[in-house]
Amino acid sequence: MGDLRIYAALAGGKWRSMLSYRASFAAEMLSNLGATVLDVTTVFVLFRATATVGGFTLAEAILMTGLTALGFVLADMTVGNIDDLKRYVRTGLLDTMLIRPLPVLPQLVFTDLPLRKLLRVAFGAAVYTLALAANHIHWTPARVLLAVLTPLGAALFFGAIFVLTASFAFWWVESGEIGNGFTYGGRDFTSYPITVYSNWFRDLFAYALGFGFVAYQPALALLGRTDPLGLPAWAGFVSPLVALPAVAIATLVWRTGIRRYRSTGS
Amino acid sequence: MIKMQELRKDFTVRVKAGRLRREKRTVAAVDGVSLTVEPGEMVGYIGPNGAGKSTTLKMLTGVLAPTSGEVSVFGLTPVPQRTRLALRIGVVFGQRSQLWWDLPLHESFRLLRHIYRVPPAEHEARLRRCRELLDLDGFLDTPVRQLSLGQRMRGEITAALLHGPKVLFLDEPTIGLDVVSKQAVRSFLAELGASGDMTLVLTTHDLADIERLCDRLVVIDHGRVVHDGTIEALHARYGSRRSLVVDLDEPLPPGFALPGASMGAVEADGHRVTFALDGSSAGAAVAGLVAVASVRDLSVVEPDIEDVVARLYQAG
Ligand SMILES: Nc1ncnc2c1ncn2[C@@H]1O[C@H](COP(=O)(O)OP(=O)(O)OP(=O)(O)O)[C@@H](O)[C@H]1O
Ligand SMILES: [Mg+2]
Repeated sequence: MGDLRIYAALAGGKWRSMLSYRASFAAEMLSNLGATVLDVTTVFVLFRATATVGGFTLAEAILMTGLTALGFVLADMTVGNIDDLKRYVRTGLLDTMLIRPLPVLPQLVFTDLPLRKLLRVAFGAAVYTLALAANHIHWTPARVLLAVLTPLGAALFFGAIFVLTASFAFWWVESGEIGNGFTYGGRDFTSYPITVYSNWFRDLFAYALGFGFVAYQPALALLGRTDPLGLPAWAGFVSPLVALPAVAIATLVWRTGIRRYRSTGS
Repeated sequence: MIKMQELRKDFTVRVKAGRLRREKRTVAAVDGVSLTVEPGEMVGYIGPNGAGKSTTLKMLTGVLAPTSGEVSVFGLTPVPQRTRLALRIGVVFGQRSQLWWDLPLHESFRLLRHIYRVPPAEHEARLRRCRELLDLDGFLDTPVRQLSLGQRMRGEITAALLHGPKVLFLDEPTIGLDVVSKQAVRSFLAELGASGDMTLVLTTHDLADIERLCDRLVVIDHGRVVHDGTIEALHARYGSRRSLVVDLDEPLPPGFALPGASMGAVEADGHRVTFALDGSSAGAAVAGLVAVASVRDLSVVEPDIEDVVARLYQAG
């Protein structure tokens, strides 16, 4: 893949530009890690008050939190850069990407090498591994496979959400933080057992929008628990596939959006 | 090479109508432009602010999808075949930098070599030529954000040429440059055009660019083409002519007439007379004059393109 070399060169360029602002790099790395640590500690704090939440123990809940955290930071590290799209659209700077012989999405996404987010990935992976160990899982080949595929599926799913919500900017230049609100809201939703949410809210996010299949359903399958909400056991094992329709929809929305791009007067 | 057929771009803008209500209004930025540009042509694309020049260029380069009509460059349709087209055209947006802001200029060139997959030898050869002709050596190591506008523009033009495009689109490449930088850019572009196989479309508000570079002038206004032809054709159409100003020792005899020229202003008690040349050459007119009067001094004044274009814009 010759293209990979191109993006590697571009990422290298970005990296060198960043080194001209060295101090802010270190600060960003720390604040990034801080945000993820905070997410996980929130769950611990919650369990200080009650022994179980929504019918799940602390260890079980942490498995969901860990899955979510790992999937999310992986997505954030690879495509999180797309958050910049709204600035490119508003200022018309996207013009300069459109005249290059490369697709726009990878130009936006792969040209940054967000090493500052690496600490977060390590932290997410650690939480997930510890949660797997703490839960006395009855390991079978299917569960091993699921344990590996679930974070990847979650990463793809969140990646799709990143692209989808960023694309709002093509329709609505002043979309501001609304897209982010949705992305981060979705992440927070999947960090907890979905049994804690009220019915209509849960139906919308978990089943209609698919967030229930990111961490909750596969966690049940790993733990060997039956779903108190009634889905069959195999649902957990196929959950990572929910990433596929999500990616398809995100691609479609992105393509439609970029044709609507109207630049700015110049 | 470049074909546009009834090309059109509408923008819908929301305008305030009343306190909360907002109304949609459609602006036709490009309103049915049909043009064909042959290989090797140098086209000046001019028009008043908001005429639709940049919008046309964006449709030609695949940045904007047309609302209707057809456009092709090298037989490719810009938006669907954007990435293939990008390999074969060069684009300079005078108002928008394509260089890497925080990196030294030569780094931008190196990255572009990767993006366009230019073989190192070709890259070197093209870069060397630009370095000589555009005098880049003094600031190749300077981060782009620290370059002056003129230095940056020379960098932008180099960046657009490193992959060896045969069609070059330039949107206001001389905007904001001083006289010397303008000259440098112009003579560089003239040299590119002189090779004969480079097609160039350039927008500008400085008509000197056009006079120096373009054999064809397309004027648009409110998204429509109002003139397409040579500068001479524009002068002919608007009746602007060269004129001959003569200083005489004695006023001309009453009833004097020059064939192929008409007498205009008579100043200084008949000692300075201006003739508009419509048909006669300057030489023939001077010969006709010295036969009857003693000429102390004379000058030939070219018609002013600024005036003609100003009249054209006002008519629109
Ligand atoms: N992104 C946009 N959204 C809405 N209207 C736009 C947009 N871009 C351009 N226009 C409108 O389209 C018309 C043509 O704009 P364009 O930028 O093509 O003009 P121009 O000929 O390049 O002018 P100038 O000489 O000032 O650069 C203008 O009326 C402008 O307001
Ligand atoms: Mg313009």
